[in-house]
Amino acid sequence: MLSPITASAQGFAGLGTDADGFSSPQRPAQFDFPIDHGSHDDYRIEWWYLTANLEGLDGTPYGLQWTLFRSALTSDGGQGWSSPQLWMGHAAVTTPDAHFVTERLARGGIGQAGVQADPFEAWIDDWQLVGPDFATLTMTASGPDFAYDMVLNSDGPLVFHGDEGYSVKSAEGHASFYYSQPFYAIEGTLILPTGNIEVAGDAWLDREWSSQPLSDNQTGWDWFSLSLEDGKLMGFRLRQTDGSVYTSATWIDPDGTTTSYSNSAFKADPVAISDIGGRDVPTTWNVRLPDRGVAVEVTAINPQSWMNTSVPYWEGPITVQGSHTGRGYLEMTGYE
Amino acid sequence: MTNVGLLVLLSHWRRNPMQLFTLVVGLSLATALWSGVQAVNTEARASYDAAAETLGEGMFAQIIARTGTIPQEDFIALRRAGWLVSPVVEGRLDGIRLIGTDVLTSPGGLTHVGPSDGKLTVDMITSGILFATQETLERLGEVDVRKFPLSDLPPAVILTDVGTAQILLGLDGQISRLIVAPQQPITQPPLEVIAPNFELIPPQSGSDVGRLTDSFHLNLTAFGLLSFVVGIFIVHGTIGLALEQRRPVMRTLRALGFPLVNLIALIAFELVGISVLAGMIGVGLGYFIAAALLPDVAATISGLYGQSISGTLQFRPEWWVSGLLIAVGGTALAAAASLWNLARMPLLASARPHAWAMQARRSRLIQTVFAMFLLVAACLLGWLGSGLAAGFAMLAALLIGAALALPVILDGLLAAAVRHAKSIIEEWFWADTRQQLPGLSLALMALLIAMAANVGVSTMVSSFRLTFTGFLDQRLASEFYVYADDAQQAASLRAYLELRVDKVLPIQSANQDIRGLPSEIYGPIAHATYRDNWLFLDAVPDAWPLIEAGQAAAINEQLARRAGIAIGDEITIAGQPFKVFGIYGDYGNPIGQVIITEAKFAALFPDIFPLRFGVRMDPSRVTALSLDLRKDFGLNEVNMINQAGIKAFSLAVFDRTFTVTGALNILTLAVAGFAILMSLLTLTTMRIPQLAPVWAQGITRARLGRLEIVRAVLLALLTTALALPLGISLGWTLLAVVNVEAFGWRLPLFLFPLDYARLAAFAVAAAVIAALWPATKLARTQPADLLKVFANER
Repeated sequence: MLSPITASAQGFAGLGTDADGFSSPQRPAQFDFPIDHGSHDDYRIEWWYLTANLEGLDGTPYGLQWTLFRSALTSDGGQGWSSPQLWMGHAAVTTPDAHFVTERLARGGIGQAGVQADPFEAWIDDWQLVGPDFATLTMTASGPDFAYDMVLNSDGPLVFHGDEGYSVKSAEGHASFYYSQPFYAIEGTLILPTGNIEVAGDAWLDREWSSQPLSDNQTGWDWFSLSLEDGKLMGFRLRQTDGSVYTSATWIDPDGTTTSYSNSAFKADPVAISDIGGRDVPTTWNVRLPDRGVAVEVTAINPQSWMNTSVPYWEGPITVQGSHTGRGYLEMTGYE
Repeated sequence: MTNVGLLVLLSHWRRNPMQLFTLVVGLSLATALWSGVQAVNTEARASYDAAAETLGEGMFAQIIARTGTIPQEDFIALRRAGWLVSPVVEGRLDGIRLIGTDVLTSPGGLTHVGPSDGKLTVDMITSGILFATQETLERLGEVDVRKFPLSDLPPAVILTDVGTAQILLGLDGQISRLIVAPQQPITQPPLEVIAPNFELIPPQSGSDVGRLTDSFHLNLTAFGLLSFVVGIFIVHGTIGLALEQRRPVMRTLRALGFPLVNLIALIAFELVGISVLAGMIGVGLGYFIAAALLPDVAATISGLYGQSISGTLQFRPEWWVSGLLIAVGGTALAAAASLWNLARMPLLASARPHAWAMQARRSRLIQTVFAMFLLVAACLLGWLGSGLAAGFAMLAALLIGAALALPVILDGLLAAAVRHAKSIIEEWFWADTRQQLPGLSLALMALLIAMAANVGVSTMVSSFRLTFTGFLDQRLASEFYVYADDAQQAASLRAYLELRVDKVLPIQSANQDIRGLPSEIYGPIAHATYRDNWLFLDAVPDAWPLIEAGQAAAINEQLARRAGIAIGDEITIAGQPFKVFGIYGDYGNPIGQVIITEAKFAALFPDIFPLRFGVRMDPSRVTALSLDLRKDFGLNEVNMINQAGIKAFSLAVFDRTFTVTGALNILTLAVAGFAILMSLLTLTTMRIPQLAPVWAQGITRARLGRLEIVRAVLLALLTTALALPLGISLGWTLLAVVNVEAFGWRLPLFLFPLDYARLAAFAVAAAVIAALWPATKLARTQPADLLKVFANER
């Protein structure tokens, strides 16, 4: 049986599906916090997407992911079991030589998964991202062979991408609401088959919702979040069926001031391809943002960071070398 | 040249159409029985597999509430504590089983059955869809939910979303049971910490529905295989004969320069052609056999095990493939030795037609040794072996060993008869019978196996029936059974019934682990119903009064065998020790059971109140009482069971089992009879040179013909005499070895002399019918033909 989450998919994971009956993001973006940290059920899809670069006491680099997706089957909502809201959780821990992944699915309307804005709580089963407010959170997830238990604190502001949070994804004008909290300090314990590991590092939380963020001629994306010496860079590259790409980027100063870059300002090109279970996936990239003098090579810490979930993709920590040094996260979809 | 060679070879069949007929019919019948039985099995299995996958029964661990349903909040609480469980809501809608599952959390195997279309899944969640076979949907009354037919679902099951099931079954906010995913998170608290009232039932690999129904399928498969073996005996004989008779032709062909390799290739080609033709006829016939049997099989299985399988047959392409493969493979097996001989035959070997039968003598010694070896192996397996495989190996060794020993034993008997003959003609008769034995032995072996299988399987089925009906009498001693929906209704129901009937027997049970095995504890009140009807397999004297006194318990055979508990041993129930004073048969129950007195039960399980009641009353008033209960308590048919109805139904089920077994019995005997007919027919033509001197000495042709029939009857009777003990040991193996290994209980062996006599009569009748035609043919042989024997050496 097809998972309803992937049912009737067009584009990647159904993100190109027509927005019939759902709300569409409109300009200008206007946010109302803390309410907007919660879920927007009148939009088709939404996510709370946290990635973290961590380091053990011995200096070993680790990556961590905690993601909650919401996907609505229809725009007219039923209650309880007949609620059209479905939830999908992905959790992963990446080490230089292993990648642990697990997935949870849940129906909305029965309390098994959901997001509450104030006090903030996002959960699916026993996984949760919870705190008195968005700046102070604890986070847990568990799978058959791993688990983690983390504490997050941020002292920086929220960051809005595109036009004040209205993020354009295609030349035709497909868009989403998109903001981030890239300033979390994170520490805690990774529970792995080899034992418990105390870790600390920094984390990046993405919030995005839309009803049709991708054009149906877009086949996938490559998304980068880089923490560099003098700032942070978020850039993505949407691949289109004709071979062209659509890019967008945000430069974030240490104080949270942002500069948005529209199509073509940000460039990312594959340098080395890895064979991941028969798939060709680029795991080393040339990333450039000439306006900021960024010309770096990013390399996956573990090229085999494949998310073998019901919607499969690549997601893992990277190191940055070149004009700048640092670390970050790479997400690549549509390489099935 | 190849064409000419082929024509020459094929001309043999034109001159011997009967032989061709034998070959094709033998092979077709063998294939038909095999593929027919396979068809029935496949169809039934396909239905169970679908059912088992839908229900997830046995495959996964499950969580149930000790009292009734699981509140939905507790399901959420379990998920939020890291227990990956999936809800199932089930019940009956218009008498049809309705199962609601959650596609998002079901472990993989469950979602296999269901819509493969994403849009349907979406609609199933948001607006509700009932999935079932077309047939099932038509049985369903008016329902305000969209219906969608799916042909790969088990019959009499409706699959839907858990939410829809809650609405339709009036189980809002309730879950019937939870399926536990095989993989759980590493950080998971123990179940008793989150939900102390729930019980975790481990996957029931040893006792699922599949294992139970397998016993029935095993019988059918054994039948199919035996029939095929019988058929292959015929084919082997016929091919051997045809090749022997064509020796002169082959010698001539080779002398004319036809290469040996080409000759063998041509014969192989010819045989493949014939076997493909016969295989196709066989598969077609098999389909009709299956179609005729399937409704009975379906009814049998649904009655015996509560599993519904569809009574219709789909023609599956794999039958063609397997049917043709087995026909060609069987022919190859049967022809291998003959082709091997042909390949080694010197070019100018004598064209004298060896009587194919006579060659058997050479291998007599090897055969005897092999038979002895197999029979000894069977005994050793029965004595030392353990496991289902050993049980079946024992069956096979016993059957084949006995079949191989048959000619040796018959030869010994006939040799003794020759020595004790009182007249010349008698001595000739015995010696002549003995001389024909090798030619007939394949057919007689086929008869032996067919008879033994029939005796064995019918002994098993009949023993099962006797035991099971006795067991039903014991278990369903009350005339009427009532089920209350809740404790309150149970109390008022009990008070109501006490005033109207002879005795109300509350039935209450609790689930406990006894020596690590999941078991049900029953606490019946002391009453003559139990003392009179519950018979022990093993018990101390006066066990019931001792059990009623409170310190002792009775347990079922499954628990006794699995936990190794004997009479006098002590078991612990909820912390309290009990001595086991009785062990009773409990057929068909997969788990352990313990009976203690009501007072003890109430003390150990104060929270459990009986919801079920057995009612002792005048059977003629049962209908009136059920009408009153419907009126006064609103009870429906599900809550009331008329014992007489159950018994009648169970017996009807057994009768259908007999129909199937009976039909297969007759078919296998018919195949064996056909084998005898064909052997006798071929022998008849070959025997003219042997009979001519006897005729010349004054024995009339009519008398020779009568002697032929006497011989056939005699051989059939001797074979039957040997088949009886063989069949009974076969039945014993099935009941006492295979059944114990497969299901954990042993069935007592009962003997049915009348049935055996009837079977013997069938066998003799088959032999007489088979001998009639050859005998008539012999009696009508023209004197001129007999004289020719003296005129030339053919």
